[in-house]
Amino acid sequence: MDNIAGKKPALLWAVHLSVVLLVFLWVVPTFGLLVSSFRTGDQISSSGWWRSVQTQESQLPAIRIRGEAVERDGSFVIAGDLFENTGAEISRWGINSRDTEAFAAGETADLGDGQSLTVQADGFFELTSETSLEGARLPRVFVTASTPPDFTLQNYNNVLFSPLAGQSIGQAFLNTLTVAIPATIIPILVAAFAAYALAWMDFPGRALLVAFVVGLLVVPLQLALIPLLQFHNWIGIGKGYLGIWLAHTGFGLPLAVYLLRNYMVGLPRDIIESAKVDGASDFEIFVRIILPLSFPALASFAIFQFLWTWNDLLVALVFLGTGNDQQVLTGNLVNLMGSRGGDWEILATAAFISIAVPLIVFFAMQKYLVRGLLAGSVK
Amino acid sequence: MNPAFQALVVIIIGVGGCVGYFYLSNLFLDKVLFPAKGAMAGRNINRANAIRPWLFLFPALALLTLYLAYPVFATLWLSFTGRDGAFVGLENYTRMIAEPKFAESLTNNMLWLIVVPAASTAFGLLAAQLTDRISWGNLAKSLIFMPMAISFVGASVIFKLIYDVRDVSVAQIGLLNALWLQFEGGIGSFLLLRLLPGLFVASLLAAFAYAGWLVLRPLLQGRAEPLTLRAGRVIGAAVAAFLVYEMALWLLGVVTNDLPYGQPQTWLQKPYWNSFFLMAVLIWIQTGFAMVILSAALRGVPEDTIEAAIIDGANPFQIFFKIKVPQIMGTIVVVWTTITITVLKVFDIVLAMTNGQWETQVLANYMYDKMFRALDWGMGSAAAMTIMALVTPILVWNVWNARKEMR
Repeated sequence: MDNIAGKKPALLWAVHLSVVLLVFLWVVPTFGLLVSSFRTGDQISSSGWWRSVQTQESQLPAIRIRGEAVERDGSFVIAGDLFENTGAEISRWGINSRDTEAFAAGETADLGDGQSLTVQADGFFELTSETSLEGARLPRVFVTASTPPDFTLQNYNNVLFSPLAGQSIGQAFLNTLTVAIPATIIPILVAAFAAYALAWMDFPGRALLVAFVVGLLVVPLQLALIPLLQFHNWIGIGKGYLGIWLAHTGFGLPLAVYLLRNYMVGLPRDIIESAKVDGASDFEIFVRIILPLSFPALASFAIFQFLWTWNDLLVALVFLGTGNDQQVLTGNLVNLMGSRGGDWEILATAAFISIAVPLIVFFAMQKYLVRGLLAGSVK
Repeated sequence: MNPAFQALVVIIIGVGGCVGYFYLSNLFLDKVLFPAKGAMAGRNINRANAIRPWLFLFPALALLTLYLAYPVFATLWLSFTGRDGAFVGLENYTRMIAEPKFAESLTNNMLWLIVVPAASTAFGLLAAQLTDRISWGNLAKSLIFMPMAISFVGASVIFKLIYDVRDVSVAQIGLLNALWLQFEGGIGSFLLLRLLPGLFVASLLAAFAYAGWLVLRPLLQGRAEPLTLRAGRVIGAAVAAFLVYEMALWLLGVVTNDLPYGQPQTWLQKPYWNSFFLMAVLIWIQTGFAMVILSAALRGVPEDTIEAAIIDGANPFQIFFKIKVPQIMGTIVVVWTTITITVLKVFDIVLAMTNGQWETQVLANYMYDKMFRALDWGMGSAAAMTIMALVTPILVWNVWNARKEMR
């Protein structure tokens, strides 16, 4: 059938092209952020990330001359390199912000007061003065230079290990982990027992309970925020990790019970019945037979719940509080967007740190994720 | 106590507690309460088996009731109370409806509800159909599916970089503006910015008009149908008419608007259109989900129906639209409703990108504003109940289907 179902070569070529286009559209946004997170702030703001592998000709921010003066032939000289081994090549330079391209590389500028400055194409400079430079205000240099592609890990170093305005991403990372792991593990167990009862035990009202769970699947958790906050305050746990673990467990349960029940119903009846005949109790059947057989469904729900708790913003904002040391990664990122909206090197890096873990989980466990999606939706 | 250590303790207590609860309660039931020995062994076994399901269900049911079912009613009650907790009737609702921001949220939410599920499902269907036919389809799928793993906030940062705007005198670092500045009003601009979108909008207009006509036709022919179905047809036709009107406006805009060539645009501050730039983020995330499910459904289409169509001389487009799509309609509806629910809860994207400024407010963020910034719990709850009301039809439909399945 494959060779007749509209698979003419011309059409196949068009299919390939369309898929390439689609994939390109879907990957480019993330890729842009990834590339940006490896560029310095100056690079990001002077050119688009898609030009980062080209040699750039751009005007660099003003560089103030620094260095120790040495006395040579009766005059004082400061010599050094404007750049630190970036391989940039200067085309024009200036000493005045109004005329930043006054001189070509290698030319000498007269600064007045008996001072003169020479800048070479490779960034080497020599400032000569007739009087002592001790305590004098040294001039600034404006250079237009072409810089070769340059990528750095410095952003990650900065963002992870030096707190920005009291907001440490490292701390937020730990907080997120602290929220996500218990909130993933606990609902699985609770839901698995309930799913077994709904799938394999006979009791009046079972259909009603399944309908109840299905109904709760779509209840927006927005409704639960205030009543649950009141409830948490009433039982005395207030805002904190215990509250957010309970909340995530409650919100994750409908999907967990639904997914696991759907899966367990499909397990072969013979195994369970022969175990019963052999005298196994329900508890033993559940632990020895159902749990191991349901591993794929358990794994797929675990991935869902982990992605959801890791990526969640609303529940964390409400149940964990908004203080700097209570923030999760998403909350931290929102704050950064507000306070450091223009510092793309920080934003991009922080965003990438926050999406790295889910991406790894996603690519490592994609098989189970897809299986879980299908079990939940296509029946 | 260090939170990480606390987490470890909680995992151990939680997991151990769950296992211990289930094990010990079963033991108690079998050995102490109704032991399966002695004079009443038979009756005791039956009794124990009648109680056991509830032992298994108890923790889950307690959590579900407390964390999802009870809050619905608590929120309903809160929406009828004022700041001091006294009953105020519908005052919160009337105050909310009087606010222009609420009307704006509702309109925007309607736009989101139409555009995002439709676009995600359409892209998902397209991607599913195309990737199923090529050798590297699985790789392509996994890349299109990837945004599913990215948080809404992370996605907002990603797209904010795309929508970034700089002064015209310096290089643009936002991809969209960089592309925009490539257009100067020449023949290429005419083709890509007027003719192509124009044709696209015109075909959408035609599709909506046709769909509306299909929905309305049985009613005009006077076919005998239940009243609810007739009402549904009228509503469907009204939605279609609205969409046709909207598309006609767009078409007019595409043809006649003066486009500000050479000017970098602040995309997120253009009222009406900025909502679409926010929707793009969600569409980008949800397309993978739609694709994965629809691709499985497409594979489930029986081959003999396709073979029969080929023998009858159908072309690939006919096979797709007339053979495959009708057979996976059920799955399309499921995907559509699932995305609809996600859309109703969308909050992070708007909060992170515009925070509801420039007329981009949506209900979920409006509710958050009222509850946690204005601390007006009554009005916040009223907004939450509005979301609940919008979800209810889907809830009823889901429960209805589940009940049917159980029988």
